[in-house]
Formats: sequence, structure tokens, C-alpha cells
Amino acid sequence: MRQKIGRWIIPVLGGLAFVYLLVPIVYIFAFSFNDAGRTNLTWRGFTLENWQNPCGAPQICEALGNSLQVGVIATIVATILGTCIALGLVRYKFKFRNTADLLIILPLATPEVVLGASLLAQFLNLGWDLGFVTVVIAHIVFCMAFVVVTVRARVSGLDSRLEEAAGDLYASPFQTFWKVTFPLLLPGIVSAALLSFAMSFDDFIITNFNSGNFDTFPKFIYVAAARGIPAQANVIGSAMFILALLVVVIGEVLRYRREKALSAK
Amino acid sequence: MSSLDTSAGSNGTPAGSNGTQLDVKPSGRKSGPVEFRSPGEIAAEKKRGRIGLALVLPGFIFLLLFFAAPVLVLLAMSLYAKPPGAEIGEFVPALQFSNYAEVFSLYWEPLIRSFAFAAVATVLALLIGYPMAYLVAVRLRQHRLLAGILLVLLIAPFFSSFILRTQAWKQILADEGPVVSVLRAVAILPEDGRLTASVVAVIAGLTYNFLPFMTLPIYASLERLDTRMLEASGDLYASPFTTFRKVTLPLSMPGVFAGTLLTFIPASGDYVNAAILGNNRDTTMIGQVIDSRFFRVVDYPAASALSAILMIAILILVMIYIRRFGTKDLF
Repeated sequence: MRQKIGRWIIPVLGGLAFVYLLVPIVYIFAFSFNDAGRTNLTWRGFTLENWQNPCGAPQICEALGNSLQVGVIATIVATILGTCIALGLVRYKFKFRNTADLLIILPLATPEVVLGASLLAQFLNLGWDLGFVTVVIAHIVFCMAFVVVTVRARVSGLDSRLEEAAGDLYASPFQTFWKVTFPLLLPGIVSAALLSFAMSFDDFIITNFNSGNFDTFPKFIYVAAARGIPAQANVIGSAMFILALLVVVIGEVLRYRREKALSAK
Repeated sequence: MSSLDTSAGSNGTPAGSNGTQLDVKPSGRKSGPVEFRSPGEIAAEKKRGRIGLALVLPGFIFLLLFFAAPVLVLLAMSLYAKPPGAEIGEFVPALQFSNYAEVFSLYWEPLIRSFAFAAVATVLALLIGYPMAYLVAVRLRQHRLLAGILLVLLIAPFFSSFILRTQAWKQILADEGPVVSVLRAVAILPEDGRLTASVVAVIAGLTYNFLPFMTLPIYASLERLDTRMLEASGDLYASPFTTFRKVTLPLSMPGVFAGTLLTFIPASGDYVNAAILGNNRDTTMIGQVIDSRFFRVVDYPAASALSAILMIAILILVMIYIRRFGTKDLF
């Protein structure tokens, strides 16, 4: 009897945890179909109207557009800089390596409110106007740390004999990188970029400190929360979620297929 | 700072020194058999060093400008003084260390509360997250499709809006919501008991929002676990519980360690949960105070001093934690 309980305890606890994790997401999805009017607090009936017109709430799509722009630019820059750092840190030895290592990890060990406040202090000090540029800079800072950590794990797991083999076959260092190293790192780089975009798209605290009057999607929701969030926000949140699920699922399927193909050979 | 430097250095290097380096030789100073290196080899090594530096430099400079310098500016600003008769938001550079004593005596309560809330949320996230990660990484290892789906669901909350989810939580915990009705029906909550605007709601929100930061590192370390070790333990007549305690748990410690840090640090600085799910009396967290000192009161020195105190307190806590429980491969 005890054995049986022991066997079921993990699935039951894990299952409950998944329910806990997903209930608010299901709630957001359900209330995106609410015939809500202005505030989306109580269920008033099913409608597709919010999905047909997600930009129906004033300024919501402007904020969404801002978030997407910031996310794309910050992700591109952070992914390039972070991948270079990861490669440099794992593969090469140079003088300031430990200092560089520390400086890159520290943003992860700094709470967002401190990152946000210090950047604000810096921008005030430089006399820069807060807006698009300052938000992008702030996002690059915290996205880069995540990219470095993700890509670095991938680089250290890489079999360096593959590169040596390329060298033995007279590939130039550049060819070796482009034809061997980079393709092997690509899955890591892609997941780093996705994570980076998600972090940027979802960030509120750092953005709030450095954006002035520039509105992002999380800022829009935070301000709206005081009056009641429009149902269109639920539509956009659900749509982002579904899109992300699709991307992750497609990635998993591709990985599964590749592994199967490799094991078949 | 110097002791932090060495600890982080030794934590950071394993990723690079686990034998994956290409042809970088140990520098000649090491004792032992003398290695012969031709001038050509030395030149090649120098060249490689330069490539490494060139790869790291752009990002490094960016972080110097927009991470290191800002922190120094913040520290400087925390010592600024307000000249007599100055307007709101006007301060002069000074070395007014009394700012620190002043904000600490005013706001020690939210500060302590932030760490207490974050610590409770971290423990809860560990208790909830570990079974999830174990389920997906170990139990369902043979059921690849189901494990894959659950893994996607594990990552998924990252992609739905943080604030939208917190707001949804608020409505789920609301007085007329399902959770309160059930808790009242089974008499866990008194007839007029509420969850909104309470300490419970804030901690539940923190736990919920930072759960993926706990689960994913644990999942990563459990996924690498060799199940043959568990079988071996069973073959040696260990009970499942003993196997878990003596084999699984120790092997997953790097994940638990990274997960607790990745949960505790952002949770202690968070103020979205406290602002949306709390009341203003007994749930105020330090982030809310910093935000309002910056933007509502426009008192930059006080806000900077509070930020500095928060940062230093976290660094000290994290260093104690690393010293006490540190594992070699932190990330």
C-alpha cells in the first residue's frame, strides 16, 4: 500500500502544479471571449468581437507595436553581442576573462528594480531623453546575460574535435566557423533569441523606469489594471501565447525528427 | 568586491575549463614537465587571445557603459544632498552618508518584508517546481510525447504576459471568485474571509510568477541524470525514498541551487505582485517604495540609497548562500 502511494505522489503533485500554472492562462483565454464592454471583470456572455477587432481599445495596438519593435531590436543586438561573448569566454583565454565573466553574470544577480533605477540615474546624468532608445538599451542589458548563459552551455557541450577535423581538412578558420561551429550552435542561439524576445516583450519594471511617456504593452496593461483591463488585452495575450506555443512545438517536432533521422543512420 | 571576484571567477570558469578548449595550452608557469613550445605556437596562442578579446569586447564595453557605470552613478547619487530652498527634483553632488541611515530607519520594514516574502515564495516554488521537473524529466522519460507537451507547458508561461497573468490571479482570488467560494465551503477560510489584498495573495503571486525560473534549471539538471544510477540504487536494496534522498536529490543540487537564486533575486525586487495583489498596509515591498520615491516624491538620493541597500543586501545574502551551498557549475 505504501509503495502504491509512493508511486502516485509525484504524478499527483506534479499534475496539481501544472493546473496551478495553467489556470490563470486558461482564465485569460476564456475572458478574451467575454462580451465585456469597458472592463473585463465579470462574465457577461460569449462574443468573437474582441478577436475580430483586437485594436478596439484605444492605444493598445500602438503599445503592442512599440513592444514588438523594442523586442526585435533588443533581441537582435543582445543575441549577436551575447553569442560573441559566449564564444570568446569559452574558447579563448585572455587577460580580463574573469572580470568579463563577472560583469556579464552580475546583471542576472541584480534585481530588476535596481537595474532600472541605476539606468535611470545614468540617463538622467547623461541628460538623455527617456523613450524608445533608452528602453532598447535597457532591454539589451538584461537580455544579453540570458543569451550568454544559454549559448555558453551550448558551446561548452560542443565537441571540439569536429572543428579540429575541419581544420585538418584544410578549412580556413572562417569556413570552420561558418560551416561547422555555427550550425551546431544554431539551436542554442535560436532558443536564446526566443527567450530574449520573451523577456523583453514581458518586461515591466525596467521599462517603467526608463521609458518616460513611451508605452509598451506591459505598461499599458499595468496602467489599465487600475481601471479594468480591456478584453482586447486578453486577446493579444492569448494570441502571443498561442504563437509562442506553435514556435516551441514546431521546434520540438524538428528536433525529434532530426534525432530520429540521426539514429536511423 | 575582491572576494566576490574570485568566487564568481571560480564559478564561471568550469564551463570553459572542462576540456572543451581547442588548442590552448596551460601557461608555462605551471610546475611539472617543461613543455616545449615553438615561437610559432606562442604567436598563434597570442593571436587566439586577441580573437577572444575581440569577440568579448563589444558586449563588454556595452555593459561597462550601461551596467557598471550606471551602478556607480546610482551609488554616487545616493549621496547627493538637497540644498536649502531647492526645487523638487533638484540635488547637488555631495557625500551625505546620512541618506542611508535615514532611508533605512524609514523603510527597514518593507526591506525585511521583501526578503521574507521572496524567501517564502522561493521555498514554495521549490516544493511545487521540483515534482513538476521530476515528473517531466525522470518519470516520463519513456513517454517522449507527453514529456514534450508538458515541457512546452512548463516554458509557456514565459510567453504569456506577466502582468496579465497577475491580474488574472487577482480575479481568480477575488471574493466572488471560485477559489474563495471553495475555501469558504470547506471552512478553510471563515465565512467572511478574503484572499484579495492580503499577504497570502502576494506570496501566491510571487510563487506563481517566478515558478518557471525554479522549474527549468531543476529540469535541466534532472534531464542529465543517468537513470541507470537509480536502477543501481534499487538493485542495492535502497527504498525509493532512500534512492531519492541519496542519489537523485544530490545529483539535482546544481539545478536546485541555480533555481533558488533565479527565483529569490527577482522576487525580492519585484513590486508588480505587491502592487496588484496586495494592500498598502502590510504587503508593501521595497520595489514599490523605490518606485514611488523616484517618480512620485522625486527624491533621487533616497531612491538611489534604497536601491543600493537592496543590491548590497542581496549580494551579501547570495554570497553567504554560495559559500554555504555553492556547487561548482552554477549556470
